[in-house]
Amino acid sequence: MYRFRHQDLLGIDQLSVSDIHSILDTADVFREIVTRDIKKVPTLRGKSIVNFFFEPSTRTKASFEMAAKRLSADMLSFSVSDSSMVKGETLIDTARNLQAMNLDLIVIRHPSSGVPHLLAKYVEAGVINAGDGMHEHPTQALLDLYTIKKKKGRIKGLRVVIIGDIAHSRVARSNIIGLRKMGAEVTVSGPPTMIPVHAESLGVKVVFDLAKALKSKDVVMLLRIQFERQSEMLFPGTREYSTFFGLNEDLMKGVKKEAIIMHPGPINRGVEITNKVADGPYSVILDQVTNGVAIRMALLYLLIGGGKDDHLD
Amino acid sequence: MITWIKGGRIVDPRRGREKDLDILINKGKIESLLPPGAFHPPRDSEIRQVDASGMVVTPGLIDMHVHFREPGEEYKETIATGSKAAAAGGFTAVACMPNTNPINDSRSVTEFILERARKANRIRVYPVAAISKGMRSESLTEFGDLKQAGAVAVSDDGRPVTNSELMRRAIEYAGFFGLPVISHCQDLDLSNRGVMHEGVISTKLGLIGIPAASEEVMVVREILLAKLTGCPVHIAHVSTEGSVAFIRQAKEQGIPVTAETAPHYFSLDHRSVMEFDTNAKMYPPLREPRDVEAIKRGLSEGVIDVIATDHAPHSPLEKDVEFDRAAFGIIGLETSLPLTLQLVRDGVMDLPSAIAKLSHNPATILSVKGGTIEEGKEADLTVIDLNKEYVVHEEDFNSKSHNSPFIGWSMKGKAMFTMVGGRIVWNSDEHNPGR
Repeated sequence: MYRFRHQDLLGIDQLSVSDIHSILDTADVFREIVTRDIKKVPTLRGKSIVNFFFEPSTRTKASFEMAAKRLSADMLSFSVSDSSMVKGETLIDTARNLQAMNLDLIVIRHPSSGVPHLLAKYVEAGVINAGDGMHEHPTQALLDLYTIKKKKGRIKGLRVVIIGDIAHSRVARSNIIGLRKMGAEVTVSGPPTMIPVHAESLGVKVVFDLAKALKSKDVVMLLRIQFERQSEMLFPGTREYSTFFGLNEDLMKGVKKEAIIMHPGPINRGVEITNKVADGPYSVILDQVTNGVAIRMALLYLLIGGGKDDHLD
Repeated sequence: MITWIKGGRIVDPRRGREKDLDILINKGKIESLLPPGAFHPPRDSEIRQVDASGMVVTPGLIDMHVHFREPGEEYKETIATGSKAAAAGGFTAVACMPNTNPINDSRSVTEFILERARKANRIRVYPVAAISKGMRSESLTEFGDLKQAGAVAVSDDGRPVTNSELMRRAIEYAGFFGLPVISHCQDLDLSNRGVMHEGVISTKLGLIGIPAASEEVMVVREILLAKLTGCPVHIAHVSTEGSVAFIRQAKEQGIPVTAETAPHYFSLDHRSVMEFDTNAKMYPPLREPRDVEAIKRGLSEGVIDVIATDHAPHSPLEKDVEFDRAAFGIIGLETSLPLTLQLVRDGVMDLPSAIAKLSHNPATILSVKGGTIEEGKEADLTVIDLNKEYVVHEEDFNSKSHNSPFIGWSMKGKAMFTMVGGRIVWNSDEHNPGR
C-alpha cells in the first residue's frame, strides 16, 4: 500500500506521482475543514513549527501560519530582519540552534538556491522549502496543481502555458517539474532574455510569440515581472514589456473557452496582465490563495502529523 | 653522502622516453645515471639507498598555479603547510599566485614569500607577482624589480585584467624581462553573478550561470594581444571546448601562447554541482562532458601544455555556506598526480607526456630549474608507485584546508618519495603508515 514517506519537502523534483496524488487528496479533506464554522482541528497539538523567512513574503508566510494554527501546532515566525543572521551568524549555526530547540518542522524561504537542502543536512527536524533562490517553490506548485485539478477535473493531458521570467522563477521551475510529472504538456513564453538556456531540457516547448504560445491552451500561468531585474538588462522597460509580452483581452481570444488564468502573486496590474483579464471570469487567482492553505495543512499533516502511518479520519 | 636510487624506471619527459636506470646523487646534484647492476658501492662508504624497484622516477613535479594564502589568510594555508601538501603530492616546486593580502605587487611581499619558503625548508616556492598594482587593472607593477626580487611570472590571477590596453602593455613590458604573463580569462560582465557553468544543470538548479563565452572572449583577446606584441602569454586553467579550439588555432599560426588546465577540468563536469556541493564550485566552473572530452583531446594533442592544480584552500567558513555565497576554489596538490595518471591508464597520453605536463613544460614556461633528469643537474626527483591504490580521506590531507571534491575517491598512483636538491622532503611510508 502507498505511504507518504518523506521527512522533508525540498522540491517537487523529489516527489513521485503517487506522492503528489496523495498530497492533493489530503488537501481535499482539509479544504473541507476550513470551510466549516470552526476551522481548527487538534491534529498537530504539541508540535512546533518555525517559519524562517530570509526574504519578504506576505502570502506564503501567512499561508503557512494559517495552516499551522488551524492544525493547532505551535508556530514561531522569524524574518531576516529580526533574526541573528544580520549579526553575522552562519546559516549552519542558526540551524544548529533551531535544532537545539527540538522543533518538529522548519519552513524556510531563502534567496540562495539549495539552502533547504543544506539545512536538511544539519537538522533532524523536517524541512519544507518555501522558496529557495531561483530553484524551487514546491508548495506553490502543489497548490497550483491542486487548483488546476479542482477547476479542470484533471491534470493529465492539459495544455499549459507559463509566461514571463522563466529563467529567474522558482515558481516556474517547480510548476514545470510538477506539471510534466502529472502528464500535462507545458509551453513557456516570454522575452528570450527571460527563457533559461536549454529550457527544452526541462521538458517544455519554447514559443516566444505570445499569441502563438496561448493558442488552444487550457491553463495560462503568469509570473510576476520583477522590476528589480531591469538593472540586469533583461528588458528595456515595463511599457515595452506589457506591449509585447503582457496578457490582454485580445490575446485571450486565442485560448480555449473554458481556460483558466493563474498567477502566484503579487500581480503587477497593467504590466504582465491587464486589470480586465486579472479580474475577469478566467481568473482563478484568489482560489489559488484559498487552496494554498489547504495544501500546506496537508503537507504539515503528512510530514509530522503521523500521516505517514495512519489514515486520516 | 651519496644517495643511490635503485631499481627504478626513469621517465624522462624531455626525451619522451622511459628507461631502467639507477641514479647516484651527490651534493644535491645528479652525479650519474647507470644501468641497473652497474653500480657496486665501495666498502665502508656511507650510502643512502632509496629502493625504487617497481616504481618510476620522474623529474620533481612542478605546479605552476597554487594559492598558498600567506600573507593574509594563514587560517586557510601557510607557505609551510602548502609546501608540505605539495611535497606529499610529489611536487618539488610550485608557483604561488599573488592574490594574497597584501597582494604580491611589490618587492617586499615577494621577499617575504621567499623568506617563508626558506623557513619552511621543503620545496621550491616561486612567487608570481601581480600584473597591476593592487590587481586593480590600473597601472603596472615594477616587473624589473619584482623579477630581481625573485618573481618568476606576473599574473592578476583571480581577477582578470579588464583594461585591454594595460594588458597589451603588460605583455610587451614583461617580454623585455623574460617574465611570462599568466592570464586568468574571465569577462566579468558576462560571468556577472554566476556561480556555476551556464547549462542544463544551472537551469535545473536555478543557479546563475557563467557561460563558456565568459572565458573564451578573454582567451581570444589574449591570443590577439600575443599576436600583436609577439610576446608570450600563458592561459591559466582552461576549461572549455572553445578555449581549446582557439588556442589550437593560435598555436598553428605560430602565436606564442601556452596553456594549462587543472585535474578537475578533465575529471569532473557540472553534474557534480547537483547536490549543491560547494566543493564543486570553482572558477572557471566545472563544464559539460563535451568540454571535459575537449580538454583531454587538448592535452593529448599538445594544445594544453601544462597540468596545474589551481590549489585554492578555503576553510569551512567559506565553504559550509549557501552555494551562491561560497568561495570559489578547491585544493588540488594531493590529488593531481593520481588524477593525471588516470589519463595515462585511459590512453589519453603516454606516461612521459603526462609527466612533461607536470614538470618539464611548466619549468620551460617559467624558466626555472628542473623538469629533466640529467647528470650534473639538480636532484629534484619524484619516486612514484604507479600501482599504489588508496582512498582519499579527509583527515589525510596535509593541506590546512580540506575543500576537495575527491574525498572518498579511489585513487591509483602515489608519490612515495619526493626529493628536492638531493634531500628527501617527503617519504610516504613514514607519513602515512598503514595506508
